[in-house]
Amino acid sequence: MDISTKVPPTPPSSDAEPQRAARGATRIGDRVFLGLSRGSGIFLLVLMAAIAVFLSYRAVLAIGEDEGNFFTTFEWNPTGNPPVFGIAVLAFGTIVSSVIAMAIAVPVAVGIALFITHYAPRKLGGTIAYVVDLLAAVPSIVYGLWGALVLVPQLDGLYGWLNDYLGWTGIFEWQGGAPRSMLTVGILLAIMILPIITNVSREVFRQVPQMHEEAALALGATRWEVIRMAVLPFGRSGVISASMLGLGRALGETMAVAMVLSSSFEINLSLLDPGGGTFAQNIASKFSEATEIGRDALIASGLVLFVITLLVNGAARLIIARRKEFSGANA
Amino acid sequence: MSNATLSQKRPSTLRAASLPKWFGWAVAAGSVALGLGISTVAGLDSSIQWALIAGLLFIVGTFGIAARVEGKRQAKDRVATSLVWVAFLFAVIPLASLVYETVKRGVKVLDGYFLSHSMGVVATSEPGGGIYHAILGTLEQVGLAAAISVPVGVLTAIYLVEYGRGNLAKAVTFFVDVMTGIPSIVAGLFVLSTWILVLGMGPSGFAGAMALTILMLPVVVRSTEEMLKLVPNELREASLALGVPKWRTILKVVLPTAIGGITTGVMLAVARIAGETAPVLLLVWGSNYINANPFADPQASLPMYIYLQFQQSGGSGAAYDRAWAASLTLIAFIMILNLAARGIAHWKAPKSGR
Repeated sequence: MDISTKVPPTPPSSDAEPQRAARGATRIGDRVFLGLSRGSGIFLLVLMAAIAVFLSYRAVLAIGEDEGNFFTTFEWNPTGNPPVFGIAVLAFGTIVSSVIAMAIAVPVAVGIALFITHYAPRKLGGTIAYVVDLLAAVPSIVYGLWGALVLVPQLDGLYGWLNDYLGWTGIFEWQGGAPRSMLTVGILLAIMILPIITNVSREVFRQVPQMHEEAALALGATRWEVIRMAVLPFGRSGVISASMLGLGRALGETMAVAMVLSSSFEINLSLLDPGGGTFAQNIASKFSEATEIGRDALIASGLVLFVITLLVNGAARLIIARRKEFSGANA
Repeated sequence: MSNATLSQKRPSTLRAASLPKWFGWAVAAGSVALGLGISTVAGLDSSIQWALIAGLLFIVGTFGIAARVEGKRQAKDRVATSLVWVAFLFAVIPLASLVYETVKRGVKVLDGYFLSHSMGVVATSEPGGGIYHAILGTLEQVGLAAAISVPVGVLTAIYLVEYGRGNLAKAVTFFVDVMTGIPSIVAGLFVLSTWILVLGMGPSGFAGAMALTILMLPVVVRSTEEMLKLVPNELREASLALGVPKWRTILKVVLPTAIGGITTGVMLAVARIAGETAPVLLLVWGSNYINANPFADPQASLPMYIYLQFQQSGGSGAAYDRAWAASLTLIAFIMILNLAARGIAHWKAPKSGR
């Protein structure tokens, strides 16, 4: 679209060249081609609309059957008589796990991005950037397997420690079960979204005008002062949008959470004790035994997840769009 | 502060005191040793704990010593440096461990037999069996998804770059962005609600492929769009000036110029969807038997296979071994696609006009 504004427009093909009417063959070819490509675009819009419509339709069916309040019920029993289910626990779990993930991942990702662009020797930085790029492609199921079989056994000691020193807060209380809890999920999600946030932040930091940094250096600033005064202010919106993209991933992550979390339908204030659930995890774990109404109920919870991720991603895109020179979309 | 603790360096009144170059390494080594010492004394067996202690000691130690010798601003700078290093190391450890564990545990059962046999007659707790059916399923589902989304995606990108003006193009651009963020489980639920619940179809590889298409389309559109924008306008104008119709210009001039980048984008998109489990779980269900027909009956796929082995293992080592071996295969497949895609991008880059 940039091109179309920069250059004098090429002659519009479809209807604005009557003098060429004699060459019917080319015009038909052009029409067909324009039709095909426009059709593809329209197909995409129809698809999006269909997603919203069908999910809403099934969701309405389900909520109509629901005897509890869909938003505040602490129970998931769509096959019961009467069927009662609600998303309160799922919403809580999704928010808590994503918040933990963001709290860990964003500072670390910014640190790695700074390391790659400003601290590491140039060659090492390039290699690390490449490896992080590749790690972004590791599928979530592998993270899930690693989390369940490698990470979880490692966390016993840390949990005991947190319980000993911070147990009095109530948040870090631990009854001593297997550490398949919200905190574990948060840590795993943080590891999973690190590569994305790092990649996008790195791109922004790389675009900081050289002049700004040199000016700061010339004034006698230390490297940290250069970063604080020149790099971070320039990159702030980029980092925010990168975090939002990561948040979108964390919210919708299914398999890794389903494999690591030992879920239950209750809100547990302690982050270390198993329990709780997230939208996506609940869909994956409840699906196989769900009846028709059960599936509709899951679709209803999926619709809520859909709306939340749309809002988060939309916000990220808006922030990116405000700074046109940087596009995080292809990250 | 300036001349207080000058070391044996050349005395210069213009330079403030500075710590030697090996200072950072020395503090790092010291804090690791101290961290290990504290953990042994306190009887902490988890490696996470001593690493945390060492990291903390490193930062505090750096700040303390540097503040005393070099002054506060330099000390802050050093703390920032060490924080960045600590962040880097803490991030590298899990990611390196992921790769290391997958390779180490994966090679145990990964051999020709494993790649060429299915799980048909093997109980989950027994050793043996393989992933042939899963590879077949993944290739078919991903192939079908690519066969739908590549033409539609490339045509959409052509519309956006070559024709698109006005509201329709704006709407398409916006919704492509929105689509990028759809969680895979939601894509699966959509196909579930239409294909299976409304149309009454059974689970099949094709149903999974449709959900994968939803995930793949926006990636293809985005990357193709970026590539088409890189094609220099002079090429288009030269072709049009010779009287070539626009559609032939696009097919014969624009697309061939951008084909390297488009291929890269498609391969990256394929790599992304090949690892998706959630839609397969909802729509294809997974299977232990070879099912070469993607249009009927449940099928396996590599990620689904990993999940099933993990889920139904009952703690049996054989199933975990198979899950790791399948993970290794999947990662290898995705990495090869990624590397090949980058190779193509690198190889074709000079022609793309930049």
